[in-house]
Amino acid sequence: MHDPLFEFLLRQGDNTLILSHRVSEWCGHAPILEEDIALANIALDLLGQTQMWLGLAGEVEGAGRSSNDLAMLRDGWDFRNAILVERPNGDFGQTIMRQFLFDAYHVELLSELINSSDTRIAAIAAKSLKEAKYHIERSATTVIALGDGTEVSHDRMQAALDDQWAFVGELFETDAGDRALNEKDIAPLPSSLRARFDAHVTEVLGAANLAMPEGNFAHSGGRSGKQHSEHLGHLLAQMQWLQRAYPGATW
Amino acid sequence: MVARPEIDTVWQWLEQVTDPEIPVISLVDLGIVRDIAYSGTVLNVTLSPTYSGCPATRVIEEDVRKVLLAHGLEELAIKQQISPPWTTEWMSEKGKAKLREYGIAPPSARGKPEECPSCGSDGVSLVSQFGSTPCKAHWRCDSCREPFDYFKCI
Repeated sequence: MHDPLFEFLLRQGDNTLILSHRVSEWCGHAPILEEDIALANIALDLLGQTQMWLGLAGEVEGAGRSSNDLAMLRDGWDFRNAILVERPNGDFGQTIMRQFLFDAYHVELLSELINSSDTRIAAIAAKSLKEAKYHIERSATTVIALGDGTEVSHDRMQAALDDQWAFVGELFETDAGDRALNEKDIAPLPSSLRARFDAHVTEVLGAANLAMPEGNFAHSGGRSGKQHSEHLGHLLAQMQWLQRAYPGATW
Repeated sequence: MVARPEIDTVWQWLEQVTDPEIPVISLVDLGIVRDIAYSGTVLNVTLSPTYSGCPATRVIEEDVRKVLLAHGLEELAIKQQISPPWTTEWMSEKGKAKLREYGIAPPSARGKPEECPSCGSDGVSLVSQFGSTPCKAHWRCDSCREPFDYFKCI
């Protein structure tokens, strides 16, 4: 059994790291320049948050691993991100929908973590929350603009939502480690965030003329590390190759 | 042996160091220099990053180090502090005026630019919530049609 605090910090840092990498894949490919810049900036914010989470994870672990070591020198089975964030970008609509679903979860989580009994976690959450709130302002607006847009954009957004809905449940999965941290007021139970997430998402999807998918089947295996999707390995191969091929390389 | 410089003098030196991406505003006016103090012979400088992933953060740290070394301060400890998180409320009025002169609309509590930095019109529209650096958004003036950067209010 791993230390629950270390696991928790990896989950935070791996979510932001893997999503950051996915979003950064749009750099130079987005439909218009403004969106290209927006996506790159969001990726950058998420990467900055990763440095704080994984930096603290390394400190808590006490084995001398830096945030860079944790990001670049672990293998797929050591990652603790939810499967949602490792999925391929798909079209622009799928990327925006995934971002919105993650942002909605992230804002609820960080809003609780700012009151963590661990002041280091509270500080990272307070810094990240300002950025997450700004991200959701844009992702929600864009979901509404595209969902309530043309027939083509509407259908693509509905398809994106239907496709990703089965990966939302994992964000709220709650295990023994979560309960241990919750007893010490370090972090909320993920399951406790679901009601507010649903309320917010329902409101935005309504304004976007999108229908909430039926059923709550949820894939899992990412945050526990038991079974990631096949996409994570490919992502890591691209993200980590330089550090693997040239260990210790620096600018 | 050179006498230890006064803290006020060190603040004045850092007022000469500008942001690497917005070279008209000093680090002090931007509000990212949070504290300067001696502990024994070591000078401690506390900085706060604007955005957590801002690539300028390390350059800023190096710029501060270079200036202080040039003034003969060799025992330095520069640390980044994230709590309380940096806010645009820490930006000085002088800093805001400099941004405006440079063509960047300063942060405003209204959550949008007060006016176009070129012609002064208050009819402005959002182009994109993100601009050329993590701290800026992209706006356009409805009167003179000039696009401009707005320093986001956080």
